[in-house]
Amino acid sequence: MGVLEIGRGMGVTLSKLFQKPVTVSYPEQRATIQPRFRGRHVLTRHPSNKPGEPGLEKCIGCSLCAAACPAYAIYVEAAENDPAHPTSPGERYASVYEINMLRCIFCGMCEEACPTGAVVMGNEFEMADYRYRDFVYSKEDMLVGVTGSVPQRREAARKGKPVRLGFQVPDGVRPELEGVKYE
Amino acid sequence: MPHWLIEVIVVLLKGVGVAFALLTTFAYMTLVERRLLARMQIRLGPNRVGPGGLLQPLADAIKSIFKEDLRITRADQLVYTLAPLIAITCALAAFGGLPAGPPNSFFGANPWVYSLDVGVLALLALTSMGVYGIFLGGWASGSKYPLLGGLRSAAQIISYELGMGLSLLGLLMLVGSTSFRDIVAWQGAHGWMIVFQSLAFVTFLISSFAETNRTPFDLPEAEQELVAGYLTEYSAIKWALFQMAEYVNMITASALMSTLFFGGYKGPQFLNALIPGISEWPFIWLILKIAVFLFVFIWVRATLPRLRYDQLMRFGWKLLFPLALGNTMFVAFYLAYLKSWGLWPLGVVSLLGVVALIAGSDRVRPLWNQPGVRITDEAARLPGGD
Repeated sequence: MGVLEIGRGMGVTLSKLFQKPVTVSYPEQRATIQPRFRGRHVLTRHPSNKPGEPGLEKCIGCSLCAAACPAYAIYVEAAENDPAHPTSPGERYASVYEINMLRCIFCGMCEEACPTGAVVMGNEFEMADYRYRDFVYSKEDMLVGVTGSVPQRREAARKGKPVRLGFQVPDGVRPELEGVKYE
Repeated sequence: MPHWLIEVIVVLLKGVGVAFALLTTFAYMTLVERRLLARMQIRLGPNRVGPGGLLQPLADAIKSIFKEDLRITRADQLVYTLAPLIAITCALAAFGGLPAGPPNSFFGANPWVYSLDVGVLALLALTSMGVYGIFLGGWASGSKYPLLGGLRSAAQIISYELGMGLSLLGLLMLVGSTSFRDIVAWQGAHGWMIVFQSLAFVTFLISSFAETNRTPFDLPEAEQELVAGYLTEYSAIKWALFQMAEYVNMITASALMSTLFFGGYKGPQFLNALIPGISEWPFIWLILKIAVFLFVFIWVRATLPRLRYDQLMRFGWKLLFPLALGNTMFVAFYLAYLKSWGLWPLGVVSLLGVVALIAGSDRVRPLWNQPGVRITDEAARLPGGD
């Protein structure tokens, strides 16, 4: 390390002093994340053919996601579909679908295992909360149409303001997240 | 009131003022340093507490005061508590000797707390007393890592103290006095000391970095090797006091460099043509010069990696010490036999020395850094090893 190299290094640090910082002031500025980011799960639906009604749930309650989950975070309970008013296109649907977000390691294996593309990892990452029991997300927290995580919705209700999502996705959402509306 | 009592009160007030100013500077130094480091790493730095993060030092102070102060079972309680106090006292006491302006310029009072004829020596002695804080702190913690860290830091500081003191000897011989006021007056008459003693300034600058435990010589806090060195068992306000001492030492070192090599409290003479007497205004010039050096301290911290301990010791003893000694001997020789030539040849030779150092910096590196040499030697001696 000659003195001249030290001088060059000092020049580099000094020049950086006048550069614009790359820091994102996160709560005020929205974080920009990659489209393939693995965030909170979304349970998707098929496109609806009756206007005004939501489409059928893609989940057929096969429990493959639970089997594939390395963290044992997913619990699925299947039930028979009512033929007159089916919840899903298969014979069965998930009557209970829970993911323990404290166990989840966001690896995406559930996505890989799902034969119908029902469970998909979305882009939402603001999930910090205070109580253990609030981290078990059920179908109501993940089905298409739900905006924001449980803590986000609670915060929004407390402040009387709309749910604010903690991200920006530059190139739009992934095609498998059809029906999910992100700002 | 008798005359002497008024003097005592004035000195006390000035002392308190200096201590207060130093502690405030320390508090805001931490903020300025963090912001500057962040900007040099293209980050923003602390900007949450107060406008632009201005209340961050206050928040830090409140935190360190009210944080739980751990009681160490195996610690020697008395020495354990005294050690940070020694460190901060020595650091604070040292600063008072530096003149910040011409005599009687500060509302009729002298802009310094005490002025000794042995000014430089007293200041060096006081700053080096700070090593007691570090060493006793390490010893009294009653744990092995702090003990090793304290020993190591003591060795480091004493080693570099030699280079520091020696690099000043040439300067003192030139001036013929150890009083700061004489040194500043000499520089006012002959020009800044950096011109005549650039080599000494370089060695002094490097030793100051080591003395104040700043990067690249911040081994006392080497977390990777010694957990946190002598500081390991300290928490809350005691820990903050050690930090304070370090920063105050840094400010003192900056002030020392400004006073000894950069004309002290005197400003540039040509400004007198614009505003008469501006170069004699107290405080302003010294504070400006201190600020420049503090920036250099931070800048170096943002750039250089930490040295290894053996490199540090080798660098101090094999390069810095002989250089400072050589400079001293050369100045002594010059003053004894060639004084009639004037001062300029001295400055030229000193500058040539610096240039030679910069040019040969890669050549002399094996003096303190021998990458791999020992390992191959040992491997060759092992039977069957390659």
